[in-house]
Order: sequence, then structure tokens, then C-alpha cells
Amino acid sequence: MSIYVNKDTKVLVQGITGGAGSFHAKQMLDYGTRIVGGVTPGKGGMRFEDKVPVYDTVAQAKDATGANATVIYVPAKFCADAILEALDAEIELIVVITEGIPVLDMVNVARVLETSKSRIIGPNCPGVITPGACKIGIMPGHIHKEGRIGVVSRSGTLTYEAVGQLTALGIGQSTCVGIGGDPVNGTKFIDVLEAFNADPDTDGVIMIGEIGGSDEEVACDYIKREMKKPVAGFVAGVTAPPGKRMGHAGAIISGGSGAASDKIAAMEAAGVLVAPNPSALGTTLQKAMAKGR
Amino acid sequence: MKIHEYQAKELLKRFGVPTPSGKMVTSAEDAMEAAKGLGNPPYVVKAQIHAGGRGKAGGVKVVQSVEEVKQKASEMLGMILRTHQTGPEGQEVRRLLIEEGVQIEKELYMGLVLDRAKKRVVLMASSEGGMDIEEVAAKSPEKIHKVAIDPVAGLQAYQVRQLIFGMGLPATLVGKATKMCMALYKAYLATDASIVEINPLIITKGGDLLALDAKMNFDDNALFRHDDVNALRDLDEEDPKEIEAKKYDLSYIALDGSVGCMVNGAGLAMATMDIIKSCGGSPANFLDVGGGADAEKVAAAFSIILQDPAVKAVLVNIFGGIMKCDVIAEGVITAAKQLHLKVPVVVRLEGTNVEIGKKMLNESGLALTSADDMLDAAQKVVQLAAQAG
Repeated sequence: MSIYVNKDTKVLVQGITGGAGSFHAKQMLDYGTRIVGGVTPGKGGMRFEDKVPVYDTVAQAKDATGANATVIYVPAKFCADAILEALDAEIELIVVITEGIPVLDMVNVARVLETSKSRIIGPNCPGVITPGACKIGIMPGHIHKEGRIGVVSRSGTLTYEAVGQLTALGIGQSTCVGIGGDPVNGTKFIDVLEAFNADPDTDGVIMIGEIGGSDEEVACDYIKREMKKPVAGFVAGVTAPPGKRMGHAGAIISGGSGAASDKIAAMEAAGVLVAPNPSALGTTLQKAMAKGR
Repeated sequence: MKIHEYQAKELLKRFGVPTPSGKMVTSAEDAMEAAKGLGNPPYVVKAQIHAGGRGKAGGVKVVQSVEEVKQKASEMLGMILRTHQTGPEGQEVRRLLIEEGVQIEKELYMGLVLDRAKKRVVLMASSEGGMDIEEVAAKSPEKIHKVAIDPVAGLQAYQVRQLIFGMGLPATLVGKATKMCMALYKAYLATDASIVEINPLIITKGGDLLALDAKMNFDDNALFRHDDVNALRDLDEEDPKEIEAKKYDLSYIALDGSVGCMVNGAGLAMATMDIIKSCGGSPANFLDVGGGADAEKVAAAFSIILQDPAVKAVLVNIFGGIMKCDVIAEGVITAAKQLHLKVPVVVRLEGTNVEIGKKMLNESGLALTSADDMLDAAQKVVQLAAQAG
């Protein structure tokens, strides 16, 4: 097993004919992901790479293919509309790669999500991958290895860093989830940790946080109370100055909250083994597994 | 994006928020003329910079005559104001707001901001006006009252009443406060603001509400649909290197260390700064070249990093992933040649074709050192920066 996605997940690509969408649709197909359709308004009827049917609307695509997941590469200006269309079509899993969506657009999306059964991962994230089974997003598939460690992170390349180290140590991953770097997102650390906790095929977790907000602290409360599996952690931004957005829209220390030191303290209090530096993500996970929960 | 107080007041006024009469000026002569136009004293001379804490730093003066306005204005223009938000280097005062003085009965705080956990915009109020709201939150959190706004329903009158009565204010204020808060929320939505802060919001001796100060920041991601907000940008208040970086779609933030950093991905870029620090060095900047870092972007990033004279060595940390390392290596070599690179550069590459990339760097004949992992790279670059410094 795994969380969120597996070899049976049937995936749509919204924005499949665009630059990023077509490039990554090809990469996902090469990885073996079941891409069952694409959506680009006005391009309905064409075929992507001579095999994937393209539809004008998400509803049409879902009816025709039975898709239960979608990945969105639609430009930021139009992205909230694309997410709302996927929510309206009741697609179970909506992965939003797009960076730069206006925050108030996401506040509206989050409001609609409250009354929906769908799950949104992202936006501004690398996506989700169950190695060897299903890759939805932009992550390099080849650095992953099938296995039993879950990875959850707000950062794309820092996730690759963790995965690369794990694979180099011979440790495979059950599922890797990038929850994204925006202040308003669909899936939070606590959601992913709950899923990993319940997944019989995940033995331990690496959790990679960064400055901004308090999702790490909320998740650490959960870990303290409920987590049955070892967790290794890392928080980026110890040296980040307050009041400055560090690349990610959500990576900002403001209003007296969001500092890395608070998050690291919360992790330590919850029994998370914190990596001393980003080169030690893999070895810290090894130590956490040896120590047990 | 930030704007000045006078701009925020002009903007909010258009939405119906009551503000004192005033005028922005850039010379002492104009300051005096502006004061004459305001009627009777007192007058307030306020330095306009993109930072809070101006009052304590001497950037706000209340005076009793138009001559004094002129004198204070000439003292303030050109001075370097240092507040807790400007850092030790301070910020030069280029603009002043000349305002009518008002009789204050009571000072309040009113603000709109995103609550990330609730995924809603919240309206916040406090009876502790004029103080740093973060300080109030830390010392007496019970004095901060908040209501979360449903984006579908919008701000409701009962929510404003909750705040007014929560602060222990009289019912006679409810009508005016409701009107003002509705205007604030309307302005917030219409401009894609990220923060609106009225601190202090005052109750005048006459019983009116007045925004004595105003701060507005905007969501950078939404500026594409607000040309009017974009037009308020004051480039004098921004780091020239950060402005240059934006042209190339690079995310750059100047810091005060000696090790320049070029990284792909925001999280990895922060982690790179952190590891430099933990190895005994100090990062000169945050720089995310983004996912599609081509030779041109790498060259632009290098030239921006090297504009900072404090940079003694540079660390390039790229987790290529889908991008090929040989392509990145070529970009680095091309940029290094074009810019006649004089400082040592440590390059850490990971991803497809990493061996070819490393070989290219090592055989380039340039002062490029390749590293095996982040820790190795950080140790090497910190040592090189120390030798150069």
C-alpha cells in the first residue's frame, strides 16, 4: 500500500498542452503513471503524444475516463478557476503544481473545499509520488526507490535532497508528498502524518518544514499524542530574517510567529529527531528508526 | 509589496476610511506651503519610509507653526532613519507627510490580515492602540479581539460589534466603526492586500474615528491584476539588487554575510544559508534561481550576487532533478567566463549526468571547486571565504 496514490490511480492533466503541462505529462507517462486524459479548453478531441485523449472540461474528462485524480499546471492567473472546476467535478485528489496563485484566490478555493470530499495537495508543490507505482507532479522519478519510509515537505528541492539521501543509503520510500510553499494550502503536515500513521506499509517518516505559519507546531502536537512511528525532522530558515518572504509565498516570519527555532523546539518536544543539517536527513532517519518510537 | 503611509491613506480614503487632511512633500518649502493649506496648528511632520517604528526614531514631529514645519522638514529630509525594522544601515528620508494635528481621546488598533490556519482573512482590534501589536500579543493577548471573515458572506456588522463591545467601547461608536471596517475590508479585497493596519485608529475629542496611521502591504502574486497598486511602488525603498533580480524572475534577498549563494528551490536555498552558518560562515544572500535555471538565468544570478562587495566566495547548490547537470555546469562556466569571475566558487550539483557536470567544472580552468554534498560544499566555501576575507 501507500498513501493517496498507487498504481491504480487514474490521472488527468489540466493544462496538458501548455509548456510545463506537456513536458511533465510526458515524464509521468514515461514513469508509468496512468495518465488517462488531459484537459485544455478548446483543444477537446485532440490526442497528446498520439495516445492521451484531451477534453474541453474536467467533467467531460472524468465521465469519459473515470479519472480519480488530476494534476494542475494551469498558469497562476487562471489556476483558481481550474481548481474549482476539478472540485466541481468531484475529482478525489487534486494536485496543484502552479506557483504564484493570489492568496485571496486560495481563500475562496479553501472555502469551497470545506464542503467538498476532495483532497487538494499544493499549490506551489512538487506533487506526490508512490515510487514504482505512480508519479503525479514534477519530481525527478529516478531518484526514488520503492520502500517503507514516508516523506512530507513544504519544499520541492529539499524533498529531492531527502529522497536522494535515503535512496543512496538503500532506504526506499512508501510515498513522498510535497504539500507546497504557499500560505493557504489544501493538505497540511497533520493530514499527511495521519495518513502515514494509518498506512501499514509506512514504517517511519521524514518531515521537512520551513519558516512561516504554525503548521509544523500543529503537526507536532499530533505526533506527541498519536504517532506510532518514528519521525525524523528538519526545518529550513534558521538564518532567515523576519519580515522577508524567502522565495515561497508562505515562508515568512511575521506577527511574532513562524520562526524556525519555535518549530525545531516543537519537533524536539514531540520526540522528533531533528537533523543537524540538510546533509544529514537520511542518516537522521536511520537513527530515528534505530531508536524507535 | 509595500507602500508609504501617505499612499495607504489616499487609497483607503477612496474606499471611505476617514483620514486626517495632509499632503506629501519632498522639500522644506513645499512642506511649509502644505501646512499653510491645512489651517490652524498644530501640524505633524511625518517621515515616509517603508518601515515601522518611525516615531521612536525621531521620524514624527508635532509642531506649532508653519515656520517650525519648514525647519523640521529640512532637518528630516535626507536624514537616515534607523528603526527596528530598517536594520542598522537605516533608510534615507526622501518624502514627508505634512498633516493636520488632531485632538486624541483614545487610541485603538485595527487590522486585517490572513489567518493561515483558518484560511480566512481576520479583522483584529485592540484597545492598546499605538503599541506594536506583536508586543500586545505577547504581553496581553486577551486585549486582542479577532473575527474571521467568511469569503462568501463577507464581513458582517455583528462581527464589528463583537470587536467594539469586546474592547469595552460605547455603543455610540458602533455605526461609525461598522462603516469604517466595511470600507477597510472592501479595500483589502479590491487591492489584494496582504495586510492593512490602522495603528493607531483614534477616537477624536469630537467622538469621530480617524486613521492616524496606515500601513498596507500587497500580495505580490496578485499584482498582475492591479496596475494602480503597482504604480505606487517606490523603488528608492527597495534594494537595487532585489529589483534587478525581479527582472530575471529570480528570488533574491540581500543579507549581511560574505558567502554568496545560488540555489534552486526556496527550501533548499534557506537550508543552504543555514548550513553555511552552522559551518561558521555567514550567508550574503538568499537566491532561488527557480526550476528552469538556464545559462542566462545563472549568469544574471551571478552578476547580482557579485554586485555585493561583501561577497568573498560563492556557493552554487543545484539539485538538478529533471534538469541535466551538464547543462547547469555549462551555464556556470559560461557565466564565470563572461563575468571574469574573481572570487572562488564552490559548486555542488546533484541529479542527472552529475559526473559529466563535475568533470566539466574541474577541467574548465576556472576557480571552480566541485563538492560532493551540501556539507562538503558549505565547509569548502566557508574556508575559501575566510581565506579571501
